[in-house]
Amino acid sequence: MIEVSTDWYLTLAAILFSIGFIGMMIRRNALIMFMCIELMLNSVNLTFITASKHFGTIEGQISVFFVLVVAAAEVVVGLAIIVSIFKKQSSASVDLLRTSRG
Amino acid sequence: MLELLLFAVPAGLVILGALIVIFAKNPVHNSMGLVLTLASLAIIYITLNATFVAMVQMLVYAGAVMTLFLFVIMMIGVDKPEQTREEIKGQTLLVSGTLFILIGLVSFVIINSGFKWDLYFPAVEYSLEGTPDLIAASLFTEWVLPFEIISILLIVATAAAIALAYDTKVRKPK
Repeated sequence: MIEVSTDWYLTLAAILFSIGFIGMMIRRNALIMFMCIELMLNSVNLTFITASKHFGTIEGQISVFFVLVVAAAEVVVGLAIIVSIFKKQSSASVDLLRTSRG
Repeated sequence: MLELLLFAVPAGLVILGALIVIFAKNPVHNSMGLVLTLASLAIIYITLNATFVAMVQMLVYAGAVMTLFLFVIMMIGVDKPEQTREEIKGQTLLVSGTLFILIGLVSFVIINSGFKWDLYFPAVEYSLEGTPDLIAASLFTEWVLPFEIISILLIVATAAAIALAYDTKVRKPK
């Protein structure tokens, strides 16, 4: 009988964060990079909820709500930026973005 | 056994969805992988006694945020192949190598410490159900100031999105 302990959830969160990080680094489509940021934020949420269960407090779950709202705001602004970039250069590739170079 | 199954199946789906997100070529497939990850995470949240968070996760993430993503994917077109030429030479190899070294170091430290994490931070015996009334009782008393600040953030983000996406050229001259 194997017991599912807190470590298992934390390991899952670490794996999810690593996958998000790899995706962030190897993909060049700005949209997919955004999805990878979502993966990383979700792994943090999983850590918060695991800690909330582990320590028997509600604060972890409340932090998740704040992360959720920040993620939603970030997605809204980010996608608006992607759309306005796309109007200029008709591509969402980040490698073509040289307009902000000094 | 059921507990193990309730962890292993959603955890496998979470990782599968995450891999689809970073490796699929078609952006629609990527976003569907993200939906899979988010929905499976909601199941894990339920097993962790965070029922209200699981519900909000489904509504906000798998519902609203993914709809937004799909809107933008449809708007900017899905048929353009991603440019695969590396601007920095050996970028993918470099990232993978660095990450493997990092993961190796971390697991070395964890294994060396002998999985004694639970001893330093002992788990509580009772389990706390994350019901809406319990969350609201804490959110609207102790955390009410962050709550108000976050509402300002949402309004600013909405205004910023409108200002960014608004096309001044479409406006008819007087």
